[in-house]
Amino acid sequence: MALSSTQGIRKVILASSLGTLIEWYDFYIFGSLATVIASQFFPKTNPTAALLSTLATFAAGFIVRPFGALVFGRLGDLIGRKYTFLLTLIIMGGSTFAIGLVPGYESIGFAAPLIVLLLRLLQGLALGGEYGGAATYVAEHSPSSRRGYYTSWIQTTATLGLFVSLGVILLTRHFLDSNLTKSIAKFNDWGWRIPFLVSIVLVIVSIYIRLKMQESPLFVELKKSGKTSLNPLKESFGHKLNLKIVLLALFGATMGQGVVWYTGQFYAQSFIENVCKIDFDQSRTILIWAIVFATPFFVVFGGWSDKVGRKWIMIAGMFLAVVTYHFLFNQLLSIADLKNKIELTEKKEVNNSLVPIGSTGNALRTTTTKTFFDDGTIVSDTKKDTAYAATDRKTLKPEVKISKQLGSVGYWKMVLLVFVMILYVTMVYGPIAAFLVEMFPTKIRYTSMSLPYHIGNGVFGGLTPFIATLLTTIYVDNKLVGLMYPIIIATLCLIIGAIYISNKIDLDLSD
Amino acid sequence: MNKLKRILGLIWIITGPVAIYYLIKTGAGEIAKKPVIDTKIQWGVFIGIFIPIAIGFVIFGYYSWKGEYDV
Repeated sequence: MALSSTQGIRKVILASSLGTLIEWYDFYIFGSLATVIASQFFPKTNPTAALLSTLATFAAGFIVRPFGALVFGRLGDLIGRKYTFLLTLIIMGGSTFAIGLVPGYESIGFAAPLIVLLLRLLQGLALGGEYGGAATYVAEHSPSSRRGYYTSWIQTTATLGLFVSLGVILLTRHFLDSNLTKSIAKFNDWGWRIPFLVSIVLVIVSIYIRLKMQESPLFVELKKSGKTSLNPLKESFGHKLNLKIVLLALFGATMGQGVVWYTGQFYAQSFIENVCKIDFDQSRTILIWAIVFATPFFVVFGGWSDKVGRKWIMIAGMFLAVVTYHFLFNQLLSIADLKNKIELTEKKEVNNSLVPIGSTGNALRTTTTKTFFDDGTIVSDTKKDTAYAATDRKTLKPEVKISKQLGSVGYWKMVLLVFVMILYVTMVYGPIAAFLVEMFPTKIRYTSMSLPYHIGNGVFGGLTPFIATLLTTIYVDNKLVGLMYPIIIATLCLIIGAIYISNKIDLDLSD
Repeated sequence: MNKLKRILGLIWIITGPVAIYYLIKTGAGEIAKKPVIDTKIQWGVFIGIFIPIAIGFVIFGYYSWKGEYDV
């Protein structure tokens, strides 16, 4: 039943992957712009509260994904894969575009964060329905001997979506004005909307391509024979025979895969920026380079899983993550640690500026100190406070911001470390679409595989940066304490996966 | 291997309630320490989302104990 021509399957992969990539792009730009969005949509009185509110919104986007899996998975098993993941694309594109249009908190008050939250929830719902459809659709077109290879192209889309989102954000941030400082100020003011608005063009192109696609051949055959499921939710989760497989897929595969993914691609970046204090651009370009080098390995491991089975590649990825995370993150800290560098005192620069605040006589005082180190690292220390006209008024504690720009050796060392982490991601994530698709029968495949995938990735994985950051606020003395969460979850998952899951590839998907 | 799966099943059954207890205890402690809306929302979300998953883990353990995953 699989497509016989290579050209045919390539078209299927291209059409499916493009739409899925755009959905991931749409989903990630929100997370990548969390701080800017916080300043636009949440009360500014407490920046931490504003950031947490955004992260909560971010988490809401992840938590709602399993519900999207249920809603659209059911639809996909009832009416077909093609129209369902077309619908998810429209919802995702519409919500993303709309976020770019919502007026800020200063214009419309609390309606602003409420609308943004609602749109974010819609994004989560749409994403919950998209992936299962795309993976199922490609798998049901693929020859059984190359299912891992072909579905692994779908697996690249999540990482490439992140890559595109980071790229668009950095480009927009740099090109709004010839002066970089002004460009960043414009970006924070209104330019952040551009990545959201751009999405609509990409979505229209993708919808056009998807409209031209044919329904999955296995689903068409199932429908012709009148054997489609009447109640996919009940058949998926109400019957022990299938429920036990859903639970095994979650606890033995997707749970660990989710935390490895989000630790490598999201917590690592957040750690580099917030704990190592590396500057905004570098912390993102480090991730971009690591993604560029690691992405081909999704296809390598996906293809390899056709030969050696899916299980042990995924288990090996989890195992390596568990035993090396501590070392890798410690290395990140060490590279950024100024104690390991020699200061070039003669190059030190100190700049002071005073900007009058209205007609109060007071002024905003900014002191920027640039310290240079032997390995090329530059540390910018910016202190802002108010210089009062009245001599009896004491200056409050200044706001201090430290930002490090690494020299080239340190920079590429960090790229290598993040590359290793993303390599683990490719091991656990490359084969998983084929693995999940082979676990469930055609008539309830979309529903059954979507839920464990999105609980594993959306809940366990998506909450990783949030829980890890939270742990660092509870156990403040240990900068690596955040890793406890992914390490415990991945360990549990690899034990279950190694003992319970079979390495046998199910060649016949038409059951 | 089947025997191991069944024994582990019992461990998973016990792990579920222990995880829920630990989660609620930590959440309550953190909320008491910092009783602001953000803390309440965070821990409310964690507890609300992880309790059904822990129940699922107990069901998984039960199936394992009963030999549903035997080969």
